[in-house]
Amino acid sequence: MNIFDRDLWREIFSTLTKNMLRTILTTLGVVFAIVILISLLGATNGMKNGFDRLFAGTATNSMFVWGQRTGKPYKGFERGRRISYTMDDVDMLREQIKEIDILSPRIQLGNYKQVSKVARNGQTSGSAVFGDYPSIDKISKKDLVEGRFLNQKDIEDRRKVAVIGNETVKLLYKKDEEPIGSYIRINDVYFQVVGVYKKKDGVNFDGQNAVFIPFTTFQKAFNSGNHVGWFAISVKPQYKVAPVLSKIKKLLKRKYKIHPKDTRAIGSFDLSQIFTGISAFTMVLQGFSYFIGLFTLLAGVIAISNILLITVKERTKEIGIRRALGATPKAIKRQIILEAVVLTVFSGMIGFVASIGILTFLDNKFGHTEYPFVNPSVNLTQVFVSFILMLLLSLLIGLIPANKAVKIKPIEALREE
Amino acid sequence: MIKLVNLHKSYPIGKTDKLHVLKGINLHIKEGEFVSIMGSSGSGKSTLLNIVGLLDSHDEGEYYLNGQKIENLNETKAAVLRNKFLGFVFQSFNLISYKTALENVALPLYYQGMKRKERQKIAMEYLDKVGLKNWANHLPSELSGGQKQRVAIARALVTKPKVILADEPTGALDSTTTDSVMELLKEINDEGMTVFVITHEEEVAEQTKRIVRLKDGIIISDEKTR
Repeated sequence: MNIFDRDLWREIFSTLTKNMLRTILTTLGVVFAIVILISLLGATNGMKNGFDRLFAGTATNSMFVWGQRTGKPYKGFERGRRISYTMDDVDMLREQIKEIDILSPRIQLGNYKQVSKVARNGQTSGSAVFGDYPSIDKISKKDLVEGRFLNQKDIEDRRKVAVIGNETVKLLYKKDEEPIGSYIRINDVYFQVVGVYKKKDGVNFDGQNAVFIPFTTFQKAFNSGNHVGWFAISVKPQYKVAPVLSKIKKLLKRKYKIHPKDTRAIGSFDLSQIFTGISAFTMVLQGFSYFIGLFTLLAGVIAISNILLITVKERTKEIGIRRALGATPKAIKRQIILEAVVLTVFSGMIGFVASIGILTFLDNKFGHTEYPFVNPSVNLTQVFVSFILMLLLSLLIGLIPANKAVKIKPIEALREE
Repeated sequence: MIKLVNLHKSYPIGKTDKLHVLKGINLHIKEGEFVSIMGSSGSGKSTLLNIVGLLDSHDEGEYYLNGQKIENLNETKAAVLRNKFLGFVFQSFNLISYKTALENVALPLYYQGMKRKERQKIAMEYLDKVGLKNWANHLPSELSGGQKQRVAIARALVTKPKVILADEPTGALDSTTTDSVMELLKEINDEGMTVFVITHEEEVAEQTKRIVRLKDGIIISDEKTR
């Protein structure tokens, strides 16, 4: 007799359907367990997808480096000396640190005693004004709704062009006015608007109310000379950010005669750390889901085993009859174990279907909003793992009532009236 | 067919005491015999049937079933031998309540590993033989006592066993149905089947061909009827 024998299944089915209400109530524990497991895993995935969307367009292997004031006296310099970088540093870093993929020097108006005032037709917007190279778009992507972003020609020709955020547009323009081609005034210098970017779903470090102008134009218009505000740097895919960052700092410290142990002089922000943090967070959540799911499942399977124990007790006589008619202990054992497995897997299926419903509901409710929650779903591996878990647990736990059934001696069973 | 030599059986009572139930049974039943074991309750007749039916083991002595010496049986071997050689008929019928008459009759064949179609065909033949073909798809609860016992007899016969073991087969039946069930057992015996009945009713025993009387674990008489 093999396990795919149709009669074996017919036997199991007929015993399970004998007391339908009890069978259904028994399965509830496992149904809930699977619903909890799959929903939690799905929700975790949804959150992970949500964070992915949030940070879409931001290079995850990037960092910002800026100058602060020194924290230690060194080589005759007093502490509290202000560190600021120049375009020479850009060349030096690019040359000496091969791990750097993109290095985009940036500068912001208003940071250095200048006041930034963006205005048009008497309206002011209070926007941040950045001097940038086109490469910044590769580190922090701008979603353009109209026109174009800054390009190399703008840099070379020091064109007075600007890309503005749609918040800025709202502040400076009336509803029917077309921003592209129009002029805005930044501290008495006129710039032509060539592009409008919109608020992306995700994180945007520069905000929506900002104006981007070519770095070279910035230098000329606002007299910033060789000065660089800070560096936006991304590393090549095969490298990690942290070691490259410390290399950069070491190099800059040597150049600017900063004490090697001075942690204050150079400010930096490692974006990759956020992402590592988030993926660690989702991983912990996933582990937590499995943990909860496993134990709820265990409780559910034990409930099934418990009911089977009771049914074995009730069926003592039936089992005795079967034994008298020639059922081997193995045949009895197999039947009880398979009853446990069938009940578990059947309830698991119901649980799967129910949790798909829940996840679909969650997706409809939150998937298309600003919440970091997108497409909550489980992958095949997770379904497979849960399935195997169910199978193994029910096989193991099914042994308890099965062994109990085998211990029934036909003679005792038949004596029971 | 069944040969018992100086068979002893005792059950432990408490920690030290023992209840000596069978005290040296010598019995030889040949193929085709129709034997009844008579005795009041406590005479050891049920224990004898359990041992003969391989539901229990003996302590001392020898037991040969169909020429095969029965010793050191584990549960699996006993189950196979029961299925092959023995057919049981019980006082309380012992049909499985949620299976139809046909399924009940077919069950021993299932444990032989027979295919469903074949099983049901054979089971139907035996139901026909006991006159219950039209009741094949009824549940035991829809049958009368006599009908239930006839289903049980069909179930005992379906594996073509060597011996039918009937434990008080008429104990739960009224006198009319008792007669019809005994009639059926006689018919089966006439076809050559060895039938082994346990009873405490004189009228039932008289319808068999050989009566063995048991008292306090010993055979006190063994005689042919008529």
